Amino acid sequence: MDVLQIVAIGLIATVLIVVVKSQRPEMALLLSIAAGVILFLLVLGKIGAIMDIIRDLADRAGISMVYLGTILKIVGIAYIAEFGAQICRDAGEGAVATKLEFAAKILIMVLAVPIVVAVLQALLKLTT
Amino acid sequence: MGGNIDLIFKIAGVGILVAVLHTILKHAGKEEQGHLVALAGIAIVFVWVVQLLGNLFDQVKSVFKLF
Repeated sequence: MDVLQIVAIGLIATVLIVVVKSQRPEMALLLSIAAGVILFLLVLGKIGAIMDIIRDLADRAGISMVYLGTILKIVGIAYIAEFGAQICRDAGEGAVATKLEFAAKILIMVLAVPIVVAVLQALLKLTT
Repeated sequence: MGGNIDLIFKIAGVGILVAVLHTILKHAGKEEQGHLVALAGIAIVFVWVVQLLGNLFDQVKSVFKLF
């Protein structure tokens, strides 16, 4: 039962963070980062399995791997950026968190530009 | 997986130890040494957490094919 393990890790980490926080808030922050990374690593293997299935389905449906790869990259960037931003916000640095999310959005835009261009070219072909 | 969960306990242990040492040194009138102990604790734990984060980033890179 992975759920039980994950919930147990979360609860243990929470109790330890509350214990440490009053004396050493910076240690509590590192503890929460560690707990977050460990929980993320536990489910990352399953995300990988899902991604393999999606890739397989896309392959069968004849969707170009260029587009699917871009989408997967965007999902990965979003996951990591969200993770970092939440930690920053947890530590009370909302400004840094907002800038991190902004940077991630810019990176996602850069990745999405080829797809947007392809859509626009298809539209232009339809109109002419 | 067991090794992973150990890290949480290790960090909490260092945190509590540093807090206690800091308090003791402060009461003994050695405040600057107490601050050094706190700094050393942070550095040690930071190294562990950065290694863990590097591990996470590597795995995310391989799962989402981010290169």
